[in-house]
Amino acid sequence: MGHKPAGRAVADKRMTAQQAAALVRDGDHVAIGGTLYSRTPMALVFALLRSRRRHLTVSRSLACYEIELFLSTGALDRVVTSWVGIGLPWGLAPIFRHYVERGEASYDEWSHLAMGLRYKAGAMGVPFLPTLTMLGSDLAAAVDLQTVSCPYTGQQLAAVPALNPDVALIHAHRADMFGNVQVDGYRHMDVDIARAARTVIVSAEQIVTPAEITARADQTMLPHFTVDAVVEAPHGAYPNECYGLYGPDLEHFDAYVASIREHGPAAGLRYVQQNIDAHPDFAAFLAAAGPGRLAALEAEARELMPQ
Amino acid sequence: MSDLTAEELMAITASRLLADDKVVFAGVGMPLLASGLARRTHAPRLTIVLEGGIIGTSLLPGKLPISTNEMRAAVGAQMLTDITDIFLYAQRGYFDYGFLGAAQVDMYGNINTSVIGSMAQPRVRLPGSGGANDIISLCNQVFIVTQHEPRRFVPRVDFITSPGYLSGGDSRVRAGLVGGSLGAVVTDLALLDFEPSSRRMRLRALQAGVTVAQVRAQTGFELLIDEVGELPPPSAQEVAIYRELRDGPARVAAGAA
Repeated sequence: MGHKPAGRAVADKRMTAQQAAALVRDGDHVAIGGTLYSRTPMALVFALLRSRRRHLTVSRSLACYEIELFLSTGALDRVVTSWVGIGLPWGLAPIFRHYVERGEASYDEWSHLAMGLRYKAGAMGVPFLPTLTMLGSDLAAAVDLQTVSCPYTGQQLAAVPALNPDVALIHAHRADMFGNVQVDGYRHMDVDIARAARTVIVSAEQIVTPAEITARADQTMLPHFTVDAVVEAPHGAYPNECYGLYGPDLEHFDAYVASIREHGPAAGLRYVQQNIDAHPDFAAFLAAAGPGRLAALEAEARELMPQ
Repeated sequence: MSDLTAEELMAITASRLLADDKVVFAGVGMPLLASGLARRTHAPRLTIVLEGGIIGTSLLPGKLPISTNEMRAAVGAQMLTDITDIFLYAQRGYFDYGFLGAAQVDMYGNINTSVIGSMAQPRVRLPGSGGANDIISLCNQVFIVTQHEPRRFVPRVDFITSPGYLSGGDSRVRAGLVGGSLGAVVTDLALLDFEPSSRRMRLRALQAGVTVAQVRAQTGFELLIDEVGELPPPSAQEVAIYRELRDGPARVAAGAA
């Protein structure tokens, strides 16, 4: 686990997604923020997929199709989460099944709360947290979950171990160049994931001035000394949604699932080649999706916001 | 209502179990529809909580979320927080009801959503617990809603993702699960519960027109059966509200034309 470096400098941390992805090393444990298809740091995920790292462990709260892409490029040895799917309408994730059922990748399954508390223990700097969940289940036995007796009452509790990722990837609405980070809407597990990690990479829809952060300090989710890298990434969660700004591109997922039906597990690598390798950067991928598509998703989000 | 689907029948039956002024921890799909229906019928002050961090969603008919973490899930919400925090409200005992589906459920209400076969050699690796293990461990009263089929109602689940009454009796409490309990199992054939001492599944009432023999034939283990009632069939109003919630007002109008 180890301690964090004692505070990061108040320095300009801006860099490109590709420069940030280079902070990830082979064999690292990378935690991905957001949940399922909401505020996932896709610009950073795509940059990491492009770099073709090997032997990664990826953890998330609920995992979506990005897990299949990491598996398809041979980057992933192990996924640590509570759920892997593409989303309710699309059923089981076939590429994930292909790799895990053949024993080519491991899936450490924890409950959703246990994942949250594992990150929280990591964020708190303690080795475990006691909880009343996961007790009695085969889930507990499968990950060798230990129990602990309360020293005051003797009550039996599950002791979920801290999870301290090597690198956290987080997408936010706004950040300044020093890494003061603000989000609107759900925070998912992002605060704990970032504070638990050794290295924190944040992409933001918009880089704002320090004064703009100060003007809305109550919205700040992470202070600058928790953050190592800041990447400007407008629409950086696409094809996932970003609260208040744009909805998820469900047709993009429809097309992905249709491609799996047609090509089987090879569809994962095809997707990476066509949507990541074929473009110089994430902006080019967005351009291929088309400004009309992005504008429609923005309109969809505006309709859902409280007036 | 002979044109009812199994899902509609189950959702309407489940919605009637939700009392006003309570808090329900719902998942997307049928649990959310059942909760929304209860709010629009007998329980207008029912608070719907979703694991993405949403407290008090009110739902847009025809635009229901397919993920508990997306913007559509937050329509009309009173509070947005984070995922871990929502589950800690459950652990504290604030949530009266929880709702779960099941790929497999056994006679003690244990649920498997992890693997068909074994973890070492899975025949089908399912998505996993998500919040299911937490909901059944922590919500005060949990309803299991699933279609009544022998492949789902098995003597013993392949893997206990979400603990019901484990091996029966007081085994659940002995495992340290001191909070939650299992309220009922709702199916397209019947309403069932768990007998208080053995904690085995017990037939309580039949859906309209269903026989005990039919229920037995669709259950892969022996049910406890004593007094069996009959559930009142869904009303036309419940069906209409349910379908409007699911499909939106336009499609209901189109269907009626």
